[in-house]
Amino acid sequence: MYDINKVNTHIVPVRFTYHSPKTLEEALELLSRYRGEARVLMGGTDLLVKMKMRALEPSHIISLRKVRELDYIEFDDQGVRIGAGTRLRTIEKSEEIRERFPALWEAVRVIGSVQIRNMGTLGGNLCNASPAADTAPPLIVYGAEAVIVGPRGERRVRVEEFFKGPGETVLEPDELLREVFIPYVDDAGSVFLRLTRTSMDIAKISIAVAAWFRDAEITDCRIALGAVAPTPIRIPRAEEFLRGRRISMETLDQAGRIVSEDIKPITDARSTAWYRRAVARVLTRDAFTIAWHRFESRRAG
Amino acid sequence: MEIEFTLNGVRKRVQVEPNELLLNVLREKLYMTGTKYGCGIGECGACTVLLDGEPVLSCLVLAADVDGREVTTIEGLARGEELDEVQKAFVEEGAVQCGFCTPGFIITAKSLLMENPNPSEEEVREYIKGNLCRCTGYMNIVKAILRAAGVIPQTP
Ligand SMILES: Cc1cc2nc3c(=O)[nH]c(=O)nc-3n(C[C@H](O)[C@H](O)[C@H](O)COP(=O)(O)OP(=O)(O)OC[C@H]3O[C@@H](n4cnc5c(N)ncnc54)[C@H](O)[C@@H]3O)c2cc1C
Ligand code: FES
Ligand code: FES
Repeated sequence: MYDINKVNTHIVPVRFTYHSPKTLEEALELLSRYRGEARVLMGGTDLLVKMKMRALEPSHIISLRKVRELDYIEFDDQGVRIGAGTRLRTIEKSEEIRERFPALWEAVRVIGSVQIRNMGTLGGNLCNASPAADTAPPLIVYGAEAVIVGPRGERRVRVEEFFKGPGETVLEPDELLREVFIPYVDDAGSVFLRLTRTSMDIAKISIAVAAWFRDAEITDCRIALGAVAPTPIRIPRAEEFLRGRRISMETLDQAGRIVSEDIKPITDARSTAWYRRAVARVLTRDAFTIAWHRFESRRAG
Repeated sequence: MEIEFTLNGVRKRVQVEPNELLLNVLREKLYMTGTKYGCGIGECGACTVLLDGEPVLSCLVLAADVDGREVTTIEGLARGEELDEVQKAFVEEGAVQCGFCTPGFIITAKSLLMENPNPSEEEVREYIKGNLCRCTGYMNIVKAILRAAGVIPQTP
């Protein structure tokens, strides 16, 4: 796509008009007015990098920095609502997220550096639609919903169906992501794991699992992976295989085999397709083992 | 467009272009050249500054987005001739080689110690993950931060 060594990353070589709305309503009006020519800017950790590379050249930038109403974490009787403008660092610092949605917390915590998490937002991570977006697999296994707003009102889409391809989501050009809703799954055992080249890199492969057990039987489970297909994906065939089975190394190995068959990895700078398939098996086994231990200790504690 | 913000405690008004970055405004318009340009894509931390008290990468912040806010750079830490504790510790531990990464490290370390005055070595290493030192003097950098925190006693 681009060669970092041939780009002057010192500047943003794109001319645009800058807008700084203070309310969501104003932001939506601007998006409609410049339909298709505008991009919203949150932390800029994806957008400005892409603009430096000229991978994106919007003629209008709508900065959401001043739109305070997008920044919140609210727990109610059904689940948690996280504003799209909530910074990753705020989520990382929430004890309640750590406690109730450990896989999301684990994913947020490994994103970039302290500086990146201070700038980057949950909405930006999802709307950027990288196949490796770390918050996606946990949100998918928790059954989270994206709350989208636009001139035609509000609609809700499951995070699982939010992505259409690399850099592409179900958002129309005049729509915004307002919030992510995650229903409580306090009775599940859940975990997020990822492999990287160095700790600051994005994932070669990532996995999130949420599972429910009765004694040693897996009563239900959800499995989602990142960086192994054009979008983050769920593996229904492995979930189906595991439902009703007793947890054992053998069962998990068979499930891992299904996962490695059903992902569609490519070979790129970070890893080979072969390695991604091989390690998907191991990660499936590890993730379920941890989820099972967590489920047990939740029940005990 | 004109923006107004507080830089190291002083109100500044500057004329900026929409596509100008905070880093370039600091260095080229306000002549605060302590903050360094390394990679420009968020990987190295050389451009770290405090924005409203929190560490961010000035190579990925539009100057326009800083309107009305507060920025602290490496130049803002010393009180007159008196260096900040973190700066002193870097000098004393020999944590500076070519010095290019140093302002970014010190700002990041400052932020760590404001959040967590008694970090463990592991916590220090985790927090400075986004700062790279091309001279690879990490051992002394970690020691300096622990020293500033009072975890390593002052050598006489
Ligand atoms: C050095 C570095 C390391 C990184 N490491 C990781 C990592 O380990 N894991 C990972 O997943 N990511 C990583 N990232 C990517 C990035 O930091 C995250 O994806 C971050 O969450 C993006 O959020 P942002 O607020 O900065 O988004 P922005 O860059 O502001 O926006 C990203 C995109 O989403 C759109 N957008 C933002 N908010 C909305 C909204 N509310 N509605 C509609 N569209 C919206 C923007 O128009 C833009 O197209 C890294 C980035 C860098 C530079
Ligand atoms: S110059 Fe900003 S992170 Fe490298
Ligand atoms: S001292 Fe030279 S880059 Fe760190």
